[in-house]
This record gives sequence, structure tokens and C-alpha cells, in this order.
Amino acid sequence: MLLWTAISLMTGAAILAVLWPLRSRDAEVGSAVEADIAVYRDQLAEIERDRANGLIGEAEGEAARAELGRRILRVAGEAELLRPQRSDFHRRTVAVIALVLLPVAAGATYLALGSPQLGGQPLAARLEGAPQQNDVAILIRKVETHLEANPQDGRGYEVVAPIYMRIGRVDDAVRAWGNAIRLLGSSPQRQTGLGEALLSQSGGVVTADAKAAFQQALADDPSDPKARYYLGLAAEQDGKPQEAAVIWTRLAAESPADAPWQPLLRTALARVGAEPPPPASGPSAADVAAAQAMSPEQRATMVRGMVEGLEQRLAQDGNDIDGWLRLMRAWSVLGDTAKAKAAAGDARAQFAKDDGALGRIDALSRELGLGS
Amino acid sequence: MNPEIGHYALVLALGLALLQTVIPIWGAKVGDAALMRTGSSLALAFCGFVMLAFAVLTVAYVQSDFSVQNVVENSHSLKPLLYRITGVWGNHEGSMLLWVLVLAIFGAMVALFSGNLPATLRANVLGVQGSVGAAFLLFILLTSNPFLRVVPAPAEGQDLNPILQDIGLAIHPPLLYLGYVGFSVTFSFAVAALIDGRIDAAWARWVRPWALAAWAFLTVGIAMGSYWAYYELGWGGWWFWDPVENASLMPWFAGTALIHSAVVMEKRDALKVWTVLLAILAFSLSLLGTFLVRSGVLTSVHAFATDPTRGVFILAILILFIGGSLALFALRAPLLRQGGIFAPISREGALVLNNLLLTASAAAVFIGTLYPLALEAWDGSKITVGAPYFNLTVGALMLPVVFAMPFGPMLAWKRGDLAGAAQRLMTAFGLAILAGAIGLYLHGGGPALAPLGVGLSVFVIIGAIVDIAERGAVGRVPLATSWARLRGLPRASYGAALAHAGVGICLLGIVAETSWNSERIAGVKLGESFEVGGYELTLARVEPRNGPNYRDLVGVFAVRHGGVDEGTIESAKRLFTARNMPTTEAGIRTMWFSQLYVSLGEELPNGAIGVRAYWKPLVTLIWIGSVIMAFGGALSLSDRRLRVGAPRPAKKPRVIEPKMAAAE
Repeated sequence: MLLWTAISLMTGAAILAVLWPLRSRDAEVGSAVEADIAVYRDQLAEIERDRANGLIGEAEGEAARAELGRRILRVAGEAELLRPQRSDFHRRTVAVIALVLLPVAAGATYLALGSPQLGGQPLAARLEGAPQQNDVAILIRKVETHLEANPQDGRGYEVVAPIYMRIGRVDDAVRAWGNAIRLLGSSPQRQTGLGEALLSQSGGVVTADAKAAFQQALADDPSDPKARYYLGLAAEQDGKPQEAAVIWTRLAAESPADAPWQPLLRTALARVGAEPPPPASGPSAADVAAAQAMSPEQRATMVRGMVEGLEQRLAQDGNDIDGWLRLMRAWSVLGDTAKAKAAAGDARAQFAKDDGALGRIDALSRELGLGS
Repeated sequence: MNPEIGHYALVLALGLALLQTVIPIWGAKVGDAALMRTGSSLALAFCGFVMLAFAVLTVAYVQSDFSVQNVVENSHSLKPLLYRITGVWGNHEGSMLLWVLVLAIFGAMVALFSGNLPATLRANVLGVQGSVGAAFLLFILLTSNPFLRVVPAPAEGQDLNPILQDIGLAIHPPLLYLGYVGFSVTFSFAVAALIDGRIDAAWARWVRPWALAAWAFLTVGIAMGSYWAYYELGWGGWWFWDPVENASLMPWFAGTALIHSAVVMEKRDALKVWTVLLAILAFSLSLLGTFLVRSGVLTSVHAFATDPTRGVFILAILILFIGGSLALFALRAPLLRQGGIFAPISREGALVLNNLLLTASAAAVFIGTLYPLALEAWDGSKITVGAPYFNLTVGALMLPVVFAMPFGPMLAWKRGDLAGAAQRLMTAFGLAILAGAIGLYLHGGGPALAPLGVGLSVFVIIGAIVDIAERGAVGRVPLATSWARLRGLPRASYGAALAHAGVGICLLGIVAETSWNSERIAGVKLGESFEVGGYELTLARVEPRNGPNYRDLVGVFAVRHGGVDEGTIESAKRLFTARNMPTTEAGIRTMWFSQLYVSLGEELPNGAIGVRAYWKPLVTLIWIGSVIMAFGGALSLSDRRLRVGAPRPAKKPRVIEPKMAAAE
């Protein structure tokens, strides 16, 4: 708002600068010839002064006076070049230019070039101000200042390292992860962080250093999916696609079906020519194979786990009618009628305003004998 | 302060500059006084908005507002306040803004101090001035906008080029721009006269002070740039015939010619067309300098960034103004009436000689600077035109200028008496020979021309003194009368004599430094000594020191002369951490007018440190002489006759009445 006030005031001042000289009705132009003659008169006076001071001789003075006299005569003989004019048309044109063209052109140019939505951001104010969510640079700077003063604070490095990665300061990220590991000790998260930073540093190549970091992560936690994925990548880059395929297939099989890295794994597997596991919806082939090898109790537990997973998902995001119907049916099949009824009740509450959905819920309740 | 305010101020200034180009000239064309009057208020408003924009940018630098791209690229929050301010123009965008700011200030001064100028001349002058401002503002806004923003704002800047983090940046560019851009005023006067088709009597007396001011600033600006390069680059050189230096030297030659030919025009109403042409040339060469430096055609410390669109844009501005004004000159110059006649041997004749040689020097520098560029553009072959070419051509041309210098003021206007002038200069001549002999005796080993150079310098210095003494008729009339005459002499006479003496002093420095300097390059370990110019230097210790945004490695040298302890000299290599760039901080000890100069080089594998040491006799006279020249110009500028003598418009009472009414 302040900016627009300032812009308005400035525009007003600029308009005034054009209009002010127009206000006077006096349109007389001083004659150029008069001005010339005035100059020559001054020069004559100066010659007189110089002669009085003895700076030039009598004869020189006389010669100079004669020459100036000739100049005056010549100028006086010149025709008047300029006829003073007065025209309201001129004034009106200029006034329109000042009042309309100037603000419009300036405004349009500024809007095209400027960033009126941005305010000033002096560094001191940014450093002192409340930590805003969006001023990442300042947050980093604060952590850096803190780390300069307390270089042994490993947690500081651990906090800032992923942020460095996010804004592309890869070298700093490598250093920060290295310091975090040095000060806080190794952990799968720190080792994979370091490995990923090294990976970015080398443009996507799993270098020996990066590989060592991932291996260390795996030593700390053999199930760490990131480290396993990147070690697979290392194998692929080493020219051992089969090895990579083995690593990735096992990782895919051992990960939950809806793990976020499953699509990545499928792409990677396709790249090395291995059979990608079936799509993530429903149990994976590995899951099914594992299930077949299980005792009935184990299988029941596994199935129950899957159903509970579905239940949790729906508790978080209930807007999935098919999910609810699947859940009702699952509890019913598992013999837990109470839970099936509860699911039906939750689903009804969720879709209270959706007649079509309510109809389907009622139909399934009847089919499963849950009452309505 | 919100940077956007500065951005809008700049846009508004562009609008005002365009109006300033059109309305006053239109008014002058149709003879409408009201329209012509807008020139002054527009020039003032233009200046105000450019000042505002510059102030806003400066605040952004001082407050380290890293949401401004320009600040991010050229500043650092740890930089000392002075360098945060000077950093504003230590980069391409900011320096162009400074250029326009200086232009705007000159325009405002024309508006303020031209009340007694004929209305049409003033309107045309301000119109032309406005067009220059509009062109450069357009350039800034479209290709070099200092107000562009970054989202999100970084937390730290990339720091200023370390070589520029020096007090020199606070002094050299503003002075140089005052010189360069000052010639825009004389250019505007020249073009205005051509538009009008007539040259008023007031023209010359109005052009001369502007030319003098611009010339004085340019002189000091070049000298300060030279001294800065001398102590910062660590090579002990004070002039490199670098294209960027030449770019400032060309307008200096043209400007020097201009201030002399303007005298002829003012006093004798002669050389009108020539003066107009010189006024155009001086500014054209300034523009050319701006082009060479700013377009990135040349890579040097001055070419902060290279961007082809900028080069093309400046080239277009160059063609528009130089081509346009020269075309106008070709069209209109024949209409200008030629003035007074004079004999070849006369003050005018001497000034014409000066003009011819100075413009020839400018041409020599022009060719030497642009020929390699043109050749490279033509067939891609790279050649270097170096110091030998320039020393030979410019030296050969300046020699007669300097020799003739004491004669000029001795000659009378219209027709002079050369023999008489020579007779009066006998004292100077005698002393010059004596000085040459002393030089030969003291430094027998130098080049054969050195004593001649010393003699010439002394001839010029004493000649200037003789000039003043002659004007006071010292020795020919009673002392009291002489005193009265000397006191009555116009300041312009003292200014001219002082400036001429400054040339002699500068020349003396140049001759002494180039002929008799001694240089020593050595690898020195702790405690080791070496000798240069009769001084014994011992590396006493090497120590690291920390500055705000740099680290120094300081070498401390003990100085002994003839067995006597003369204290220490400290020389440093400075590493700027943000850019990881080293600079040399030469250790300089001034003894009278001579200097002992020590700069540190690389550390050698054997643990020694490379040291370059120079003994530079009378080197400071080069810059002292230049400053004296500029001071002479300033003195001449302050001459009362240029103010008291200016015509006063016959104001009618009714002009005053409305103001009084308003006051009531």
C-alpha cells in the first residue's frame, strides 16, 4: 500500500513538473538579439575595467572597443529570427501528455519491468525478524552463524545438511553430513544423506566414497531401503545389471506394496531388463508367494495386517467408497462382524450426503448380513 | 526503503527525459515561451527522480538488501560501509546509473544557472540534454536494470571484485564521469546552436565554464585512475596505454583543445565552427569511451560484465548521437557566420596550433585503440598496438605543444610578436638549460633525451611564471604598481598559468620516472636484504593479518639508506575470502616527490617470497602536476568575469507582481 502511495505521489510530482511552467500566461520570449547586445555591452564594460586597472593599454582598449562596436552593429542589423507566439493548443496538448500519457506510459512500463509485490528486505531486518517459513536462506545463515561459533554442534550440521541439498548447495551438504557423522557418529540416515550428497556432487555417479557411505548405512541398518537402492545403482553403473536386479527385486519384495519407492524400483528394474513386480495395488507377487509358504496362522496375521493397513488409510482419508466396501467385506470374511459393522457405520457417516454411496453400502450390508 | 520506489523513479525519469527532449525543442521551434520554460522544470524533476533512484539503490547496498539482484552480485554484508556505498557504482548497472545521475545533475545545473541565456538556446540545450538522458535511461531499464529482484532472496552476496575494494573506487569513477558527462553540456550547446542555425554571443562564454569544469574533472579523474592502477596492480606502472585508459585520454585531448578554442571564440568571435565541432567531438569521444568500457568489447577490470545486447545498444546510442550531431553539423555549419580574422603569429594562431596538435594526438590514440579492434572484427586477426606506437606518435605531437606552450600567452591577440615573446622567455630558457645540465650531472646514466625532457619541463614551468610576471610588468614598473597589476589580473590568467605550470610539473615527473627509475625483482627469505635505488631493504618478518572480509599476508621490510635506519615498509598480498581472489597491496614510501615501491609476489618453492621493488624518482609529480592543471582550470572557472559579465534579462515589473500576490 505504501508503495502505491509513493508511486502516486511521485507521479503527481512529475505531472506538476510539466504543468507548472504552463500556468503563467506570459508568453513573451526574450529576443535573442537583445541578449547578444547585452553580452557585448558587458564585454565593453569589462574592457573599461581592464583599462582602468592598467591591464591593457589605451590603444589595445580602443581597438577592442572598435571591434565590439562593429559586432553590435552587425547583430542589430540581423532580422529578428523569432516571433513570440502564444497558443492554447500547445498548452492543452502538453497538459494532456502530462496528465494522461506520462502516468499511463510510466505505469505500464513499471508494471512490465518491476516487481511491485515485493517489499524491501534489508538483511538486518531479515536476521532479526521472526523466523519465517519461506526465508530458507536466512534460516541457513542463522544456523551457519551458530555453527561458526559452535563448530562442535553436530545437530546443527544434521539440520542444515538436507536443506543444503534441497537448495542445491551440494558441496556444503557433503561437508555438513561429514561433520554430522564425525560429531554424532554414524547412522543410516546420515550415511545415506552423505551418500546422496556425494552422488549429486558427482552428477549421479555412485563414486567409491558414496558407495562406502551407503555400505556403512547398510551395516548400521541392513533393511535401509535408500542404501539398498543406491547400492543397486552402484552395481548397475559397475556393469553388473544382474546384481542390480537381484538387489532391487529383493528390495521391492521386502518393501510394503505402497512404499513410495516402488515405482522407482519398477523403472530401475525395467531398465536392467528384469521382471518388474506386479503393480502396487493389492499384494505383490512376492507377498503372495510368501503367503503361500506361510502357516495358516501366519497367513491370517499377514492378511489381518493388510486389512488393518487399509483401515488406517481410510481413517486418514475416508473419501474412497470402494475402499470402504472392500474393508467391510474383508472384516466379514475374516469373521469379525463387529468390525465390519463399525466400518459400515463409519462409511455411512463419511458418505452421509451421497445417496448413491449410501445405497451401495446398504446393499453390501444386506449381502453380508450385517443388517442395515 | 523499498527498492521498487527507486525502480519506479527511474521509469518516471525516463518519461520526463522523453518529454524534456520533445517539449522545449518544440517550443523553441514554434516560439512558445511556456513550452520552452518546461525544459528547466523537467530537467530539475528528472534530476530529482534519478537522485531518488540512486539513493534507493545506495540504501539497498548499505542495508544489504539481497532481494535486489545487483546487490547480491556485487556486495557482501561484511564489507565495510564505505565499500558498500562505492559498490553501488563498482558494477556495470550501478555505474551506468551513476553516469545518468551525473548527467542529470549537469542538466539541473544548466536549468538553474541559465536564467540569463536566450530562451530558445536554453530550451534547445535542455532538449538535447534530455535526449541523452532518455537514451541512457532506456539502455539501463532494458539491458542493465539495477533494480531487478531475486526470489527467494539469498542471505549473502557474492562480494565486490576485490581490486575495486579500495578508496580509489570512491574517487576515480565519479570524477571521471563528471568529466565525461560534463562534455554532454557543451555537446548540447553545440547541437542547440546547430538546431537554431545561429550562435549567440553568449554561446562561447556559456560553453567555456562547462568545458572547463568537465575538463578539470576529467583531468583529476584520469590522474586518480592512474594513481589507483599504480598502487593497486602491483606493477608500479602508472600508464599502460590500455584501451580503457585511452578511452579517457581521447576526450581529454579534445576537451583540452575545446577550452582553448572557446577562448578564441569568446574573445575574438573566431573559430566558431571549429569550436562547435570540438564540442561535438569531445562528447562523442566520451560516448566512445563509454562504449569501449561498457560494451564488453574490451576485457579489463572496467568491463564488469559482458553481454552482447548491451554492446549493440550502446553502439546504437553512439551512432544516433555521434552520427546525428555530425550530420546536423554538416547540414548547418555552413550557415554559421565566420568571425574575426587574425595573423598566423598571434594568440589565436598559437591556439590554432595547439588545437591542431591536440586533435592530432586524439586521432593518434583513436587509431591505436580502435585499429586492433576493427582488424579483429574484420578478419579475426589479433594484433596489439602497444606503448611504443603511442609513445612515438603522442610524444612527437605533444613535444611541439609543450614547447609552444609558454609562447602562446606571450603573444598578443590578432597579431603578435614572436621575437619579443622569445626575448621575454630567455630567462625560462636559460633556467631550462641549467636544469637539463643538472639532470645530466645527477643521472649521467639515463637516456640521452632525459636532460632535454627535464629542460623542456622546466622551460614550461618557468615560462608560466614569466607569463604572470610579464602581465604584472614586474621589473619594468615600480613594485607597487606591479603588485596592483598582479592583483587586478583576472583569475583566468592565473588559472591558465597554473594549468600550464601543471603540465610542466607532470612532464617532469614523467621524464624522471621513465628515465631514471630502478627496478629490482628478487626472491627473498626472512632476514635477507636487497638494494634498490640506493636503499637497502631487509625482509624483517612475514605475518598474517585478518581484515573484515579478507586475509592479509604482510611482509615487513626494514629500510636503510646510507647506513641510516629509515623505518619500515609494509607490503601485503590480500586474499578476499568470498571470491577467493588475491590482490596486491603495495607498500609505498614517499620521500619528497619520489617513491620507494615494494610489492609482494608469489611464495617460491624454496621458502623465499617473490618481491618486486622500485625506486621511482619524482613519480608523484605526475599526479601532482595533473591536480595543479585541474586546479588551474577551477581557478579560471571561478573568474568573476564569467558571472558578473553575464547578461541580465530586462525583467518587467509585472513578472514579479503575481509572485508578490501569491506571497500575500
